[in-house]
Amino acid sequence: MNQTGAEILRVEAVSKRYGGVHALEQVNFDLRYGEVHALVGENGAGKSTLIKVLGGIIPRNGGRVLFEGNEVDYQRPIEALHAGIAIIHQELSMMPSLNVIENMYMGRMPGRFGIVNWKDLERRTRQAMALIDLHVDPYAAVQDLTISQRQMIEIARALSVNAKLIIMDEPNSSLTQGESERLFAVIDSLKARGIAIIYVSHKIEEVLRISDRITVFRDGKYVGTVDREDATEQKIINMMVGRELDRTAISVPDKIGDVLLDVRDLSGPGFDKVNFAVRKGEIVAFSGLVGAGRSEVASAIFGARPFTDGEITFYGRPVRFKSPKHAIRAGIAMVQEDRKVLSLFMDMTIQRNITMAELPYMSKGVTSDGAERRLAQQMVRSLDIRLASLDDPVSSLSGGNQQKTVLSRWLATTPKLLILDEPTHGVDVGAKAEIYDLIRKLAAQGVGVMLISSELPEVLALAHRIVVMHEGRITGILDRADASEEALMAYATGIADDFAVPAEVSS
Amino acid sequence: MEQPEVVQVGTARKGESGGSFWRRLLQSREFGVFLALVGLVILMRFLTPYFWKPDNIFNVLRGMSTIGIMAIGQTMIIITGGIDLSVGSVLAASAMITARLMYTGVVSPWVAVLIGLGFGTLLGAINGLIITRVKVTPFIATLGMLSIARGLAYLLASGLQGTVASNVPMRDESVNFLGAGYIGPVPFPVIEMFVLVIVFSLFLRFTVLGRQIYAVGSNEQAARLSGVSSDMVKLFVYTITGTLAALSGIMTAGLLGTSATNAGTGTELDVIAAVVIGGASLAGGSGTIIGSIIGAAIMAVLRNAFVLLQFPIYMQTISIGLVIILAVAIDQIRRRSS
Ligand SMILES: Nc1ncnc2c1ncn2[C@@H]1O[C@H](COP(=O)(O)OP(=O)(O)OP(=O)(O)O)[C@@H](O)[C@H]1O
Ligand SMILES: [Mg+2]
Repeated sequence: MNQTGAEILRVEAVSKRYGGVHALEQVNFDLRYGEVHALVGENGAGKSTLIKVLGGIIPRNGGRVLFEGNEVDYQRPIEALHAGIAIIHQELSMMPSLNVIENMYMGRMPGRFGIVNWKDLERRTRQAMALIDLHVDPYAAVQDLTISQRQMIEIARALSVNAKLIIMDEPNSSLTQGESERLFAVIDSLKARGIAIIYVSHKIEEVLRISDRITVFRDGKYVGTVDREDATEQKIINMMVGRELDRTAISVPDKIGDVLLDVRDLSGPGFDKVNFAVRKGEIVAFSGLVGAGRSEVASAIFGARPFTDGEITFYGRPVRFKSPKHAIRAGIAMVQEDRKVLSLFMDMTIQRNITMAELPYMSKGVTSDGAERRLAQQMVRSLDIRLASLDDPVSSLSGGNQQKTVLSRWLATTPKLLILDEPTHGVDVGAKAEIYDLIRKLAAQGVGVMLISSELPEVLALAHRIVVMHEGRITGILDRADASEEALMAYATGIADDFAVPAEVSS
Repeated sequence: MEQPEVVQVGTARKGESGGSFWRRLLQSREFGVFLALVGLVILMRFLTPYFWKPDNIFNVLRGMSTIGIMAIGQTMIIITGGIDLSVGSVLAASAMITARLMYTGVVSPWVAVLIGLGFGTLLGAINGLIITRVKVTPFIATLGMLSIARGLAYLLASGLQGTVASNVPMRDESVNFLGAGYIGPVPFPVIEMFVLVIVFSLFLRFTVLGRQIYAVGSNEQAARLSGVSSDMVKLFVYTITGTLAALSGIMTAGLLGTSATNAGTGTELDVIAAVVIGGASLAGGSGTIIGSIIGAAIMAVLRNAFVLLQFPIYMQTISIGLVIILAVAIDQIRRRSS
């Protein structure tokens, strides 16, 4: 392929309606061989919708799509794939109970007379994974992998099809820094081979780094395209929100009170002798690499996972919650990391998704539509969830708005301890700032917050203290003032360790 | 209320807010099945005038009443993503224990009825416990119970000496009223069915537990993490289905004046078919009791039609099979096109 610079894709005046909602209104987009073209916009701007139209997943309501000079209208995803368009979807789309190889070759199992050559597929799977330096057992069931490993497999799958155009819809939302870097290296090599890439992300900094051009959508409409040379973070954000965004965070006085949660020598599957405390009004961030055991510790406190040893004290009383139900009753809320698998009821309405956790407490067994609606409306307003109707299924929301729905379910329970596991996963810049304000306000009201986050800016924006974990152990507890990227990295990789057991003790 | 019905935040979009209730109703699966039922009834009116006689209509309704009552429980089970294959056998075993106790006269007839209902409830609870505690899949657990409960029916029918009976008479006027009685022109089983349908529809729609039944079927892990005791929810639906199967058994025996060891054989499939025709998905998370009752009605009208039109029995069986597949197929096509 040596057409670098020639046009591979042209989208002209494409529209998509859902009932009365205009998800896309006459949008334009074009792409050249060997180009990385970023597509950005607020949650619900229509980015994923355009991708689904291009991939033959949903039909369009008008406009033209030209791929390699020919007008195309794919009716099924497999047609787009055969034409050379591979897609990494925003919502992971894998069969949890099947293994890595089966997921990689889902729907395109090669084999003669229906006989699958597993040895050959294993070799090819390993090859594709090696490209991004991923090492997992090809025969492991996908459900046993971490969310970041799953995302890496989605990437490997897209790489394995020899596509001419690869579309990445928030491909690194669950990846660690290191994994993201590997992804960018792969993108560079794809570019060099003349492959065109559409890249969707809310991380503007990253977009500015890797893309050649940037197109902005707002409310389903095309706003404009800028070359990287002419783009600044502020300019892109202004195009996205259509106004000057006031990015000064609200400042609320810290009112840190008594100890709310005290964890002593907590041990269990995936973590060992963990000690920390969260005080009222305090935001404690948990930093570390994927697999450091942060989610496991939080889940153990929340009653969602077992722990074998140690003590948890909440409000001065020792507790051991048998199930999340008991933790919720005591005033603990936990936003889970994986919204699709662990949080959302996809076929239920947005309203019912919002009220699910609070429902038993707002009514004595009998539900009240009016009260439910008021609660849902209040949450929709405070989190600015963009929707057409509360009675639509939650699956009709854009990814970022689904995430806000999950957050709202837990804020609706007015918790005393709020555990957040990657709470702004897929949320746009503006909404993120608003969510941060909300968390700060809650803390100022005396709520204790445990924030598990892989995004350093998020940690630095919110945390009073930072607990760093490495391989199931706490290696350091830092004040915000002492936190730097280097320091956190050192603790996260275990190079620095304030709590190491002296070596000579072990016999 | 000062709040507008539809929240419009950020950039307001032109959504069809008014009439969205009607739109939803018209698009619902239940409505489609209801139209099919209406169409079938109209067709039958033309084909045979006898069909529309009140006697026949009440006959059809009475004929479907036990299937309908069991479908109430089965709907809730299927919404949670489970299935209960044992309802037909639980029906027989519960009826048998009631008849046996009445026959031997150790307890008064209505106490026997209560024990029968309790027995069905217990068998349902055992289903639920095996599924939630031992983690046996619902299909297997209730397949086992299908066999066990049928065996219990035989055991209860035969004396301890080993004398085998296939029927135990049940001759108490007041108890038999449950299955054979009339209030005015209306068979009492029909009234029982409608009362239970209304009660359980309201339960599913307006209680926390009802909501949680849908949540468990929609995403069990998420339900648990949102504070739903999914084990309790499942235990509840299997237990109540046992109770409803027992009631159906006592009604059946009451109608015939005798409890048969082979009563209810194969009805589990009719019950499941009614639920599936009515729009529930075996994957869980969706379905309504109203839909299931309409499903049961479609099957009952078809059966009646073939009798009235004197078509051979095999055509009836074939057509019911076709209806099951057609109902689900139409739904699939609709879902894909939307
Ligand atoms: N199946 C659907 N039914 C109704 N509306 C839908 C459906 N799918 C998407 N929408 C609407 O289309 C709009 C665009 O959604 P889309 O998923 O493309 O947003 P996005 O730009 O990808 O946002 P995000 O950054 O949150 O992922 C949203 O308003 C969304 O609610
Ligand atoms: Mg999206």
